[in-house]
Amino acid sequence: MLDYITSYLRSNTTPGQAGNIFWAFVYIVLIFLGLSIAVIAMNWLERKILAHMQVRLGPMRVGPHGLLQPIADALKLLLKEDIMPAEADKAVFWAAPLMVVITAFTVFIVVPFGPTHAVTDMNIGILFMLGVSSLGVLGIVMAGWASNSHYPLIGALRSSAQMVSYEIAMGLAVVAAVLMTSLSGIGVYGIGGSGDGTGTLSMIGIVQAQQAQHVWFIFKFFPLGLIAFFIFAVAMVAETNRAPFDLPEAESELTAGFHTEYSGFRWSLFFLAEYSAMIAVSSIAVTLWLGGWMRPFPTWLSGETWDLIFSLFPAATFLLLALIAFLGTIRMPKHPYFRIQTLGLGGFAVLLGLIGLVLLIPDVRNRVQDIYWFSIKVAGFMYLYIWYRGTFPRYRFDQLMKMGWKVLLPMGIGVLILTALVGVL
Amino acid sequence: MKPDSYISHLELGEKDETFLDSNELIINMGPQHPATHGVLRVILKLDGEKVLGTECVIGYLHRGVEKIAENRTYTMFNPYVDRMDYVAAVSNGLGYCEAVEKLLNVEAPPRAKYIRVILTELNRITSHQLWLGTHALDIGAITPLFYTFRDREEILKIFEKYCGARLTTHAFRIGGCQYETYEGFEQDVKKFLDFFKPKIDEYEELLTTNRIWVERTKGVGLISGKECIALGVTGPVLRASGVRWDIRKAQPYAAYSDFQFEIPIGQNGDTYDRYLVRMAEMRQSVRIIEQAVGGIPEGPIMAKVPKVLKPPVGEIYHSIEAPKGELGYFIVSDGSTQPYRLRVRPPSFVNLQALDMMVRGQLVADVIAVIGTLDIVLGEVDR
Repeated sequence: MLDYITSYLRSNTTPGQAGNIFWAFVYIVLIFLGLSIAVIAMNWLERKILAHMQVRLGPMRVGPHGLLQPIADALKLLLKEDIMPAEADKAVFWAAPLMVVITAFTVFIVVPFGPTHAVTDMNIGILFMLGVSSLGVLGIVMAGWASNSHYPLIGALRSSAQMVSYEIAMGLAVVAAVLMTSLSGIGVYGIGGSGDGTGTLSMIGIVQAQQAQHVWFIFKFFPLGLIAFFIFAVAMVAETNRAPFDLPEAESELTAGFHTEYSGFRWSLFFLAEYSAMIAVSSIAVTLWLGGWMRPFPTWLSGETWDLIFSLFPAATFLLLALIAFLGTIRMPKHPYFRIQTLGLGGFAVLLGLIGLVLLIPDVRNRVQDIYWFSIKVAGFMYLYIWYRGTFPRYRFDQLMKMGWKVLLPMGIGVLILTALVGVL
Repeated sequence: MKPDSYISHLELGEKDETFLDSNELIINMGPQHPATHGVLRVILKLDGEKVLGTECVIGYLHRGVEKIAENRTYTMFNPYVDRMDYVAAVSNGLGYCEAVEKLLNVEAPPRAKYIRVILTELNRITSHQLWLGTHALDIGAITPLFYTFRDREEILKIFEKYCGARLTTHAFRIGGCQYETYEGFEQDVKKFLDFFKPKIDEYEELLTTNRIWVERTKGVGLISGKECIALGVTGPVLRASGVRWDIRKAQPYAAYSDFQFEIPIGQNGDTYDRYLVRMAEMRQSVRIIEQAVGGIPEGPIMAKVPKVLKPPVGEIYHSIEAPKGELGYFIVSDGSTQPYRLRVRPPSFVNLQALDMMVRGQLVADVIAVIGTLDIVLGEVDR
């Protein structure tokens, strides 16, 4: 038994491929926990960053700098009365949030946090991911329909229309990236671009192709990779119903859109699903165009020294966060009223520092580095999401459609054809 | 959904008994809705997302202000007018005080007039700031709201220092002002102007050339100058349709004839032009305040008015250019201490009539944009 558990540690495939159910389960639990923490952190960060963009402080009361606010909110949501409208379609109303949340979490099975850090590596990984993540829209439509109310209905209609228009452009951009895995040629303008092409749909395979060709696909066949990435980056915002494409839940128009009738825990499931869907599509973007788990400049800054320097980044990040938290602790008011908060923030600083120190251990840092780079890139996208929300007004429904069908779709087709041509030449 | 008793011109079509059940959707926007600026209720008849017709239901904030006036003396009624357009309380007070002064045949001393102009123009800026923030919020840009509220705070501080209140100021009295300006009033106002001028540029930077903002507002809620005049629409909405009509210039009141300023107008009469006109009006307000604060004349702040106001028998209509349009007071006096009848011509109420014309054939999202751009305050619509 012990052998069964430890044998996997020496292999260099994903648990799914190794057929090791124990480790697959461990990975699932870890991803689930990590994702929940990420959603909580994202909630806090979104409120803080948005607040600072808008000349206010954001949550400051619950815990030091409002750090415990998401937890307080979660508790509040759990304790709220579970309301189901009398006229609602009970079964569908019950199933809709589950549908949304299950699909949002299922996609993470194939997300490659590192060459071995994924639950499994399917040979149709990217198809699986797109397919399952678009099932989430079905949950939204179900929610809107089952509420038996007008605003949710309109929200659901908008959502399905939005999905149809953006899924296609998104798919074309993805196909362009998949095509790049099989086109090894330097092409007319390719940067880097050596090594053999391996046509693959596997998420890990796509990153390995970028590794082998020494180029992130965003830079491949410049500017084709960049355009494909841009199409995907726009479509993924629309796909996750976030500003400026947050029409299905347009607060000022449809009160809360498809989840108007939901409250308490059911609503929190939608919330959880929205944020994990954001993380999921960002992971697709990172995997396809930004080199997945690869560290920056693996070719230009190669060699032992650079490897060492880059492997120290995770520890450095945590130590820096610990330092910020520590400085915050010092700057806390010296009033007895703030004693518990000061202690809490200090404890948080110590925790971050300890994590930073653990990450300095060579074995750990080599194993964890991939996850770090992947997460940092995803976090960059998360910041973009918040930034969009702070900057843009909301598109109108017809403008959204026009953008999807008349701009992104032709661009997608063009990029696909050009990629194929350039690759063959 | 059962047809509502309020629906008059929104008659439901024949019920489609086929499987698809494809008749129009009637939805109820408000009175509890985040974007109806209070308790406005709009019944929308929709074909998918397209608006086939609207019906406004008002009265959720009705307090019978005009009836109250008949049971209060002229002086006692003064604070009530602040509660109509609560974001432009100073303007309301100015209109009322001037109307009663006209009835009494007294004139406020020049110093009082200057103070009135400064405070009213500051109030116009707060009103436009609030409009900008909420309008942008309705269209989905959440950030300008906080910027405008940050800067609005500075004006409210000046109000608070001057008369102790921030929103319902009750700043003026019949015959002048009750309070002399406080020590450093002029410096405060000048400091605010210096602070505020770059802030207008900041708002404009966020929105004027923002692609989505332009797409959302250009060509939305079109109304021509002729239609505006036919409906009695006034204020920035009228001016954005190309009609150069501003009571401050046309029938100068207070001390407006002493100042140089322009009337910004638009051409297309769409939401974007109304936005530009209001932004330009803020700049003009700054210009007026600059001139006024530099030249406040010395002298009394209160004209000689009797302790008990008993205007002669007669009637009077006096209107001013409030931030939202023409605010008029029609007072009938029977010679007693209380008005026989007092009627308010609220700009918001009249402007709201244009809603249906402006949104027919457009989309649901445009209804929100148009409600925002009309800049209504329900306290004034319902009174």
